Amino acid sequence: MKLHIFAALSFGLIAAPSVALASNGADILKSQCMSCHATVKPEKAGLDHIWERKGPDLYYAGSKYNKSWLVKWLQDPIRIRPAGEFYRKHVKPGDKEDVVDESTLTPHVKLSKTDAEAVAEALMALTGPVGLVNKGAFKNEKVSMTMGAMFFNKLRGCGACHMAKPGTGGLSGPELYTGGERLQADYIYSYIKDPQKFDPHIWMPTLNLAEPDLQRLTGYILQLSASEGK
Amino acid sequence: MNTRQRVSAFFVMSLASASCFLYAGKATAADDQYAQAAHVYDTYCVQCHGINRDGKGLNTKDMSVQPRDHSDPKGMADIPDDELHKAIKEGGLSVNKSVLMPAWGNVLTDEEIKEMVVYLRHVCQCGPK
Ligand code: HEC
Ligand code: HEC
Ligand code: HEC
Repeated sequence: MKLHIFAALSFGLIAAPSVALASNGADILKSQCMSCHATVKPEKAGLDHIWERKGPDLYYAGSKYNKSWLVKWLQDPIRIRPAGEFYRKHVKPGDKEDVVDESTLTPHVKLSKTDAEAVAEALMALTGPVGLVNKGAFKNEKVSMTMGAMFFNKLRGCGACHMAKPGTGGLSGPELYTGGERLQADYIYSYIKDPQKFDPHIWMPTLNLAEPDLQRLTGYILQLSASEGK
Repeated sequence: MNTRQRVSAFFVMSLASASCFLYAGKATAADDQYAQAAHVYDTYCVQCHGINRDGKGLNTKDMSVQPRDHSDPKGMADIPDDELHKAIKEGGLSVNKSVLMPAWGNVLTDEEIKEMVVYLRHVCQCGPK
């Protein structure tokens, strides 16, 4: 009996601040973030959405990010997309090839530790449509980094748009050398399998990969953060 | 202003606006033929094939096989329409080219790919085969 009361009390003590935290975070999202990020699924996600939005969609954030990464990144946002969002608006012809037009890119808003924690809490509650991410799809089998790199670069062509290590690879997609720290395993798997499910007009095509490829590439990306990109 | 003047003023005005419409109509029709395909190209293809459609896109610095220069009339004239269509829809591998040219069949409709092939002929200034 006494134990129950104690349990209920301490549950209340723990739960109450985190509810307050989330609602505080939701307020910040509304006032400071929604001008650039969709926090609810856009009704018409046509090609125009890609051209008009000013930041990546966050309405499925809870199914995408690792919370600890969010808290850290929101306090110290380091660029993920070398050419910003949307890449086509931030490139110009260069001497040899097209280059990023740095003058069009602005630093991301920075939050205090308290605000970052509150916002991360609110973002993790936005899980997106049911079934968007294939829960449990990633089998967590050991992947050799050498094999992974060979598939990523040579055999499946991912390196054409993504960097697996700083300074090497494509620039039109998000860097993936912090992918393991940033992203949930099942999200990586599901995104690679069918990017259009997340964003019908995104400029990463569905590459029709077989199951072993999906497992291997997911395992490889997850390890990238740990090994600092090999 | 008497009635006659008013009528003729109205006539001149409507003539002017009519020709204005005509002109605008013509201009959009000419642009329209390629506008949609060019917009699709800007969204998906520029990352590798470049703003100037010359194969020098943002991603090419470290690519082991360089993207096709779509503005090159000679190189493009050698590729038949059905190969262009297949390469775009099913990717480079399907026409014995590099895997670095991805398949767009899940992003673009058959109709959009057809329009893209017509647009590519316009870009290279080399007739269809
Ligand atoms: C001026 C527009 C703008 C505002 C305002 C803005 N963001 Fe962003 N945000 C961006 C852009 C652009 C990116 C992509 C940055 C990159 O790839 O390096 C981004 C990236 C992010 C990411 C990482 C997304 C990913 O998947 O890589 C998160 C999380 C995020 N923003 C949260 C927030 C929060 C929380 C706020 C409000 C406190 C906010 N943003 C306000 C433009 C904005
Ligand atoms: C044609 C360019 C292109 C190719 C090829 C490509 N990607 Fe992507 N990728 C993108 C873009 C663009 C995004 C999403 C960008 C955004 O949301 O702003 C993306 C997103 C991702 C994400 C989610 C990252 C995140 O932060 O949300 C993963 C994981 C990923 N790609 C892995 C791969 C793998 C593995 C391959 C090879 C099988 C591959 N990509 C091939 C362009 C590409
Ligand atoms: C990830 C980079 C990349 C993207 C994005 C890309 N391409 Fe390519 N493309 C290539 C490469 C590399 C080649 C050269 C392949 C070779 O010669 O082996 C190529 C070749 C081609 C060819 C010539 C095929 C042949 O038979 O020689 C066509 C046509 C083409 N691309 C059209 C497109 C169109 C249209 C788009 C946009 C919908 C597009 N590409 C997007 C990389 C890309």
